[in-house]
Amino acid sequence: MERIKALKQISNQLEKELVICNIGFPSRELYHVKDSPQHFYMLGSMGMASSIGLGLAMALESYEGKEGRKVVVFDGDGSVLMNLGSLVTIANQKAQNLILVVLDNECYGSTGSQCTYASTTDLKKVAESVGFQKTFFFPESKKNIDFTTVLETEGPVFVHVKVKAGNADVPIIPLEPEDIKERFMEAINLTY
Amino acid sequence: MDSSQAVFDGIKKAGIDFVVSMPCVNLGKLLEMIECDPEIIHVPVTREEEGFGIAAGAYMGGKKPAMLMQNSGLGNSVNVLASLYSIYKFPILMIISHRGTKGEPICAQIPMGEATPGLMDTLKIAYVHPKTPEEALKLIPESWILAELGGAPLGILLDISFW
Ligand SMILES: Cc1ncc(C[n+]2csc(CCOP(=O)(O)OP(=O)(O)O)c2C)c(N)n1
Ligand SMILES: [Mg+2]
Repeated sequence: MERIKALKQISNQLEKELVICNIGFPSRELYHVKDSPQHFYMLGSMGMASSIGLGLAMALESYEGKEGRKVVVFDGDGSVLMNLGSLVTIANQKAQNLILVVLDNECYGSTGSQCTYASTTDLKKVAESVGFQKTFFFPESKKNIDFTTVLETEGPVFVHVKVKAGNADVPIIPLEPEDIKERFMEAINLTY
Repeated sequence: MDSSQAVFDGIKKAGIDFVVSMPCVNLGKLLEMIECDPEIIHVPVTREEEGFGIAAGAYMGGKKPAMLMQNSGLGNSVNVLASLYSIYKFPILMIISHRGTKGEPICAQIPMGEATPGLMDTLKIAYVHPKTPEEALKLIPESWILAELGGAPLGILLDISFW
């Protein structure tokens, strides 16, 4: 399926979860299919999505009684490759409430679909080899992504979703970075 | 006053409760103190850039973050400081062991040591430069207040002679 469809299907199955979304077209597409104050859209800092997600998940996990709050990261294959060390840190920190979704189109989609090494290097195997114990795989041919089991699994969870290359024709996000952050932090506070 | 103890006391006084770190030999004792403190979540990272990402997430989750790093790690973090911290206005305390300063025995540390203040200026990151443990103890909590008010990183540059 297309990346925008995967984003739509997965985000529509989320309720209380907080979302960190990768730079470029992934964030634009998510904003287009479903906007929410519970979404943090990245406008820069390629590679940092999984790290921001880890820090947020660890912070939320540290408050008593708030362990239930999950963080879902929508990352890209190119961005994961830029910050591979993050997989090692996440696996070692064992944040139970972190779900790392890698939308893998085997290319740098946002810059014109130049190939990444993800077509030959299996990112799920990389995740498993650095210590992720819970991993899921959805092939490109999959028509429907059922996220129920993923959401019930104790993290850190690595979800490898193969998607078609290409970007949807969607505009840039009309929000200021500070507003994205402020409403996201408000959404975190409101739900407690 | 012991230099590591002063920095640690300053961090505690500032209310810092989330620390990401990459070691420098001069930070060794301080890292042990941070690791042993039950009120501080300590996340050793694989690269400083990643640490800034983690700290930004922790801040949105209600934590007061600091990074313990060598100044060389500033080079590993330029993009995240510009395209995440600066545009979204994230605060963080950057506790920096400034190598390549007076007394540096390793030649590889010199160029980055000399480039550090200029890089901080270019990135528009304010910094203080405590010369003594007493100054560090005073400046660190004040710096966190400024960082939080300004929504910006604030650097604490600690020369070789400080330790
Ligand atoms: C440090 C840095 N290098 C390069 C870019 C340009 N860039 C923006 S998005 C992107 C591709 C990201 O690829 P991926 O994570 O696979 O996401 P996709 O767009 O394919 O979904 C690149 C190379 C950038 N913004 N920052
Ligand atoms: Mg990609």
